[in-house]
Amino acid sequence: MAGAEGDDSLYPIAVLIDELRNEDVQLRLNSIKKLSTIALALGVERTRTELLPFLTDTIYDEDEVLLALAEQLGSFTVLVGGPEFVHNLLPPLESLATVEETVVRDKAVESLRKISQEHSPVDLEVHFVPLVKRLASGDWFTSRTSACGLFSVCYPRVSSTVKAEIRQHFRTLCSDDTPMVRRAAASKLGEFAKVLELDYVKSDIIPLFTALASDEQDSVRLLAVEAGVSIATLLPQEDLEALVMPTLRQAAEDKSWRVRYMVADKFSELQKAVGPEITKTDLVPAFQNLLKDCEAEVRAAAANKVKVFCENLPEDSRETIIMTHILPCVKELVSDTNQHVKSALASVIMGLSTILGKDNTVEHLLPLFLVQLKDECPEVRLNIISNLDCVNEVIGIRQLSQSLLPAIVELAEDAKWRVRLAIIEYMPLLAGQLGVEFFDEKLNSLCMAWLIDHVFAIREAATCNLMKLVEKFGAEWAQNTIVPKVLGMANDSNYLHRMTTLFCINALSGVCGQEITTKHMLPVVLKMSTDQVANVRFNVARCLQKIGPVLDSSALQAEVKPVLEKLATDQDMDVKYFALEAISVLSLCSSKLCMLVQFTHSSSQTSPHEPSQCDRIGIGTCLLQHAICFS
Amino acid sequence: ENTDSRSLCRIHFHSFSILVCDPADVISTVEFNQSGEFLATGDRGGRVVIFQREPQGEYNVYSTFQSHEPEFDYLKSLEIEEKINKIRWLPLHNPAHFLLATNDKTIKLWKVSERDKRAEGYNLRDEEGRLKDLSTVTTLQVPVLRPMDLLVEASPRRVFANGHAYHINSISVNSDCETYLSADDLRINLWHLNITDRSFNIVDLKPENMEDLSEVITVAEFHPHHCHLLAFSSSTGTTRLCDMRARALCDQHAKLFEEAVDPSRRSFFSEIVSSVSDVKFSHSGRYLLTRDYLTVKVWDLNMENKPVETYQVHDYLRTKLCSLYESDCIFDKFECAWNGTDSVIMTGAYNNYFRMFDRASLRDVTLEASREVCKRRAVLQPRRVCVGKKRKETDVSVDSLDFRKKILHTAWHPKENIIAIAASNNLYIFQDRLTPNGHHNTPEIQSAPPKWQTQPNPPTY
Repeated sequence: MAGAEGDDSLYPIAVLIDELRNEDVQLRLNSIKKLSTIALALGVERTRTELLPFLTDTIYDEDEVLLALAEQLGSFTVLVGGPEFVHNLLPPLESLATVEETVVRDKAVESLRKISQEHSPVDLEVHFVPLVKRLASGDWFTSRTSACGLFSVCYPRVSSTVKAEIRQHFRTLCSDDTPMVRRAAASKLGEFAKVLELDYVKSDIIPLFTALASDEQDSVRLLAVEAGVSIATLLPQEDLEALVMPTLRQAAEDKSWRVRYMVADKFSELQKAVGPEITKTDLVPAFQNLLKDCEAEVRAAAANKVKVFCENLPEDSRETIIMTHILPCVKELVSDTNQHVKSALASVIMGLSTILGKDNTVEHLLPLFLVQLKDECPEVRLNIISNLDCVNEVIGIRQLSQSLLPAIVELAEDAKWRVRLAIIEYMPLLAGQLGVEFFDEKLNSLCMAWLIDHVFAIREAATCNLMKLVEKFGAEWAQNTIVPKVLGMANDSNYLHRMTTLFCINALSGVCGQEITTKHMLPVVLKMSTDQVANVRFNVARCLQKIGPVLDSSALQAEVKPVLEKLATDQDMDVKYFALEAISVLSLCSSKLCMLVQFTHSSSQTSPHEPSQCDRIGIGTCLLQHAICFS
Repeated sequence: ENTDSRSLCRIHFHSFSILVCDPADVISTVEFNQSGEFLATGDRGGRVVIFQREPQGEYNVYSTFQSHEPEFDYLKSLEIEEKINKIRWLPLHNPAHFLLATNDKTIKLWKVSERDKRAEGYNLRDEEGRLKDLSTVTTLQVPVLRPMDLLVEASPRRVFANGHAYHINSISVNSDCETYLSADDLRINLWHLNITDRSFNIVDLKPENMEDLSEVITVAEFHPHHCHLLAFSSSTGTTRLCDMRARALCDQHAKLFEEAVDPSRRSFFSEIVSSVSDVKFSHSGRYLLTRDYLTVKVWDLNMENKPVETYQVHDYLRTKLCSLYESDCIFDKFECAWNGTDSVIMTGAYNNYFRMFDRASLRDVTLEASREVCKRRAVLQPRRVCVGKKRKETDVSVDSLDFRKKILHTAWHPKENIIAIAASNNLYIFQDRLTPNGHHNTPEIQSAPPKWQTQPNPPTY
């Protein structure tokens, strides 16, 4: 095998193998990630007889190494000799499936599930199933939790006697002493039910589900809710009422808010699983209760589902149910004491308008929107504004604009910059909905005010916003409304505002097109090249680099080139650097500069984006030396 | 002898072993694990020492590690001591042991595990680490694991930091085995054992205006079986029981355990001495044990208005509160403990005394943990503190009590009559003469450090 190829090819592999136990975790990790290379060099035989036994005992390592190992072993079948030998991978994965770290165990289980498919039915019963049984009856909870995830992959492919044993093991784990194992069993109950024959679902799974759903531990009961949803999808409609609904009803009224929260969170899945009739008779009242729950977390989770729940109601009675049962609860939530509840509702409430149609929206929903637009919590207002498009389709936005404007203005001037940032992001959407006239009249000044915000993130978002507005309203609109104002800021006494002009030009040149850029923007940029602040000057260089492609070549040669060449001899290191970069990118090199530029470029290869300070100093010094040579 | 009918006065505690730690490090917490096989102590130096019970019954050092280091909070210009405030063991996961240890600010999850195999065989180096001659390397060698001497390692698995603005006084693992709580002076947070970057605040006593502050949280503990119940006590002498099922925020309690104070006995010190310094659920989960400065009280969870039992720990100090206040002793935080069957209560006192109360017979006893009396094999003699004239030679007068010698931290083995008493930098482990499991006449004492063996003056019976 490898030995025959001589030392040269051995050496890298030898290093890799030695580094499997290096003191440095990073090196061990690298080595584990190249485990397939090691196995390939060792050949299938030695991999099976030497490497895997070693790995089986290497469970003392750091989590990240074990995690990588567990993942590697999932695709190791070929390296141990194909499906015929796949069971050789079981011992190391078995030991990984018992470590205390959850992520490692989960990854080991995932790999075990993967390689289970590569076992022949015979191997599955001879090797894999015994492993599952060993894990399921292990001393430590870690191995028993891992076992829970393995039943469903072997069940469909084994004989009926083994199936009975597997079901028995699963039953045992569902009533394990430790809550950890019961949680693992509860979370795999739905998955296991799916591979069971329907009769066994009824005879085995339902009692387990009922037991887990009334476990003394809240954390187990809440997992049973999800299992209940999966089980409900498996059962025929006529069995649901007797087998699943009593337990689910009980869960919706559980003493623990965490369980009720889970019901609220899974409500749309539940609704789909039980079908329209049970939805009408059971879920509607349950949903009402959840919307009125005493715990805010539950109300918020239910509020989040209002739209989806209403959408999926049976069509024949949808409107009546919403109007008589859901809407009254929603009205109360609008003035909830908890802001998370209100904001959850605000993020979906607009969606109801498409379901209820124009008249109902105007009569019943509009007042609610207006209340929420005036809510004291900015998140609520933002959520309403971000979903305006839903209403626009149904009743048009004009109905709202009276209340909308004050809300927008208030958010735009909010003391928290994150709130201002959020509303900026909705500006293009709002502009689209409200139309250019309304925008010019009411919102334009806001957009311009953001350009001189004292927080950089806001100024940055504001420039981006201008670009999107121009995309919407066109270059002509830009030339008339925003370009003059932007260019006006070039004469501002604050250098930060002057830089904002440059950033705006960066963003706008593309969407405004060649004419506006050349005629209006370029002169301003060029003029700023003599700014006394170096930050402005190097941003001029960057700006020229950015707008260069928009300009025609004559403008480039006649106007841009001289300015950049001048900047390339600037006192300031950074200005020089960006000027040279711009020259290179725009291919404006004269013969003399060419070498310099190429040189700069090759030295800046190491740091492709923003060169670090010391890089630039290094380049600058070299350039200086070169310049001396040239002169 | 019938162990069931054994009353307290017949528990003869032997001086079983005396484990003396580094004199620089005063023990700040003591805790048995769930099986009692291991005992952990934390000290002021940020160290955790774990003792393992040998088959003969004696506890020996199993592992020692530095859990916390002194730190400095530059934002607040505050020194953060390394002192371990609390240790809590997690239920067993696998052969390794896990425990949570906390100082004032940071909680750490430690794994203590054994390793008995070592990999051997490098390709490019020999076993001493020297590079091999590359020309001799002609085949690849896969390392093999060989047995080696047992090595106990402690490794930090999780660090739960930045969850508390005030000093952490308690941690408690929930019976669901996936969450735990941590409490500081004003807030209680709930953590998931696998998630270090966020915790949920479940109790917040911080008033809008700190000048309105009227009470602080002193201890918080989860119920041993019901995952949704937690108890926390406050400096005003109340203990609240919260139901986490009812609400996400437990600012509103389900039950409030408080005893009305007789107005005629009110004094300047009433509130200070009523501050609860420790709360422990009984193993059965039915009772709460609370310790305040002068008493221990047993509360039935079903009765809020008064304790079912009250035991005076050192009532003779009632007249000395003024001087105890001046020396700050009045703020000492004594802990309390249940025995394995919830029939006996133990708590510490001054002068290296500790007290036990038998709930059935209502008898009590005062014992002393000190180097002088704790000779190996010796049975601990009851002590008596007298207020007036001495009745016996061995009686100690109140005025001669040493208030610098105090026993704050005690722990009782979860199943057997073995107790661990921390007195300053000494850890005393005592065991009932009638050791359960039938070890009635086992040789009780292991070899002790020479200086203890040569103690004269056997205690008189």
